[in-house]
Amino acid sequence: MALVLARRLPLRLRTGAGVQRAMLLTGLVLTGLFVLTALLGPLLAPHGYAQLRDGGGLFGSQQHPSGAHPLGTTISGYDVLSRTVWGARTALLIIVVALLLSVVPGTVLGLVSGYLGGKLDRLLVGLADALYAFPPLLLAILMSLVISGGRSSLVGGLGAAACSVAVSFIPQYFRVVRAEVIRVKGEPFVDAARVIGTGPWRIMTRHVLRNSVRTLPLIFTINASEAILTLAGLGFLGFGIEPNSAAEWGYDLNRAVADVTAGIWWTAIPPGLGIVLTVLGTTLLGEGLTDLADPRLRRRTGAPTLPTDGGGDDD
Amino acid sequence: MSTLTQETPGAVGTPADRAAGLGFARYLVVRFLLIIPTVLILVSLVFLLMRLTGDPISAAFGDRLTPDQLQAKLHQAGYDRPLLTQYLDYLRSLATGDFGRTVTDNQPVTHVLGTYGAATVELACYALLVALVIGVPLGMVAASYRDRAPDAVLRLFAILTYATPVFFVGLLLKLVFAIRLGWLPASGRASTGVQLFLQDQTSTTGVYLIDALRSGDGTAITDVLRHAVLPGLALGLLVAGVLLRLVRTNLIGTLSAEYVEAARSRGVAPLRLVTRHATRPALIPVVTVLGLQVAGLLGGAVLTETTFEWRGLGYELAHYLTVRDFPAVQGIVALFAVVVAVTNFLVDVVAALIDPRVRY
Repeated sequence: MALVLARRLPLRLRTGAGVQRAMLLTGLVLTGLFVLTALLGPLLAPHGYAQLRDGGGLFGSQQHPSGAHPLGTTISGYDVLSRTVWGARTALLIIVVALLLSVVPGTVLGLVSGYLGGKLDRLLVGLADALYAFPPLLLAILMSLVISGGRSSLVGGLGAAACSVAVSFIPQYFRVVRAEVIRVKGEPFVDAARVIGTGPWRIMTRHVLRNSVRTLPLIFTINASEAILTLAGLGFLGFGIEPNSAAEWGYDLNRAVADVTAGIWWTAIPPGLGIVLTVLGTTLLGEGLTDLADPRLRRRTGAPTLPTDGGGDDD
Repeated sequence: MSTLTQETPGAVGTPADRAAGLGFARYLVVRFLLIIPTVLILVSLVFLLMRLTGDPISAAFGDRLTPDQLQAKLHQAGYDRPLLTQYLDYLRSLATGDFGRTVTDNQPVTHVLGTYGAATVELACYALLVALVIGVPLGMVAASYRDRAPDAVLRLFAILTYATPVFFVGLLLKLVFAIRLGWLPASGRASTGVQLFLQDQTSTTGVYLIDALRSGDGTAITDVLRHAVLPGLALGLLVAGVLLRLVRTNLIGTLSAEYVEAARSRGVAPLRLVTRHATRPALIPVVTVLGLQVAGLLGGAVLTETTFEWRGLGYELAHYLTVRDFPAVQGIVALFAVVVAVTNFLVDVVAALIDPRVRY
């Protein structure tokens, strides 16, 4: 799946319509910058995320932006720029963990449920409806209490946010995949496979699944955005990750509420922009990728220049 | 389980049913009964999650009581009984509308829900108003200028409202309009004086705007409205973006429908075409999606209320969580679950009324 997207991307960039192309490009650049910042964080950040002093003594509390601290310091005396840069790592971690916890169970359940049908299907649909209705943030708060008593280490905070995002996204993957599976399993090529004696598991994975995941990239990116936003919301309410376990944008914004009332802007804006730009990047990427992943749209846009890759997903 | 069985899209009513005209009534009953398992699942989940962390008494007072005192309190409240007994007991009292008492300030949870629920409802109404006023017209503009500059700008705006956490929007609004420009108050539901004045009224609804309007006091009304602007805007923008995109997509669909095409060929002006012909059918899905936004709105309300110290259920929830008052938390979350389940029911009924194909 990811491979297909990677192969098609340059093509799409050349052939896409103006607005779509600009959105996809912006999304790519923002997401690329975000991933780079996350990976190179230790090199880019002038200080550690929990560092309060250096050779020249304590940084000091609520210092104005200056040469030593380009974005000033927080009320607790951390360097704002460093914490914002380090925050990208935490955000990338939550995206990866939340995606893994949501995509795999959601897709498998949707596949099995849609293909087999029957009592299991009805039970799962009912359960998915109930869980879908639950505000993820509330669930995240409860989870964080369960996992770490609300005062979180890095693992506790990530776990709480990832689990709760998973609970609200497993139903979404489940629904989409199930609906697609029900549509696809009536197609002649599935019947054909069955007639020549292909086993149900092979039909499911090889024939049905591969033709049922075309709408998933959009959910991936919404899932990723929701993971960041949930972790940030958790941090903002004070149930996220402690400042000396990792840098987390939501926590920093929570500490900035009082600063804002005092007219201090530099503690609130950088971590907030971190969240906005990251979510903006993934969302734009998702919008741009949606039609890219659809084989029918793909063929139309790129037919003349298509390299020979023989429609690997259409068997 | 039988209700779940009937609910699934696969289980369509028999043709005889529909022929008899019982379709809608039957759907209504089945769909209504379905609220029960939904709420049950959510409430059980909350109960289980809260109990996994220990009992409410130890959580709230664990570090301040001797083991003996703790034991006595636990026994008195019945927390030393088997978990299953407690669970059934909890469900039984929930069914009779008894949500228990808060541990930290010992008041009935229903009282907390009543007092602060009004504030949250008020905030949600402002937000929905903002969302409708901003989202629907902008969606119409975007659809009429499809794939041209205004459309691109508006789509970006919609994505931005989603990408910006509601509390960051709140902080920015506060920073600019309350602190830098000083136009509007930074937090709270009303100034202290007005708040006392409103609470002194003979019969209060808890919805400050209604109370202020009923008192007929001009200063109070202005004060309440001034406090409502920033929180309403912060939470409303969140939903406005969703609405904008939805109206745009649906309107583009109806604008290419044959009857709109026919009107266009009759020489109906473009503006009239959008407002009179294409919008009404395009708004139908908006009603349902608006209902589905309630879950998100409640989550957003918790954050908005915390940002603006708007003392509603979300603010109280955050407070009770901090002091580990589990009965209060359970009560508020259970209420949220019921609200979400009931709204989803209403949404489905509206959808079925509008589109007969939904019924079964």
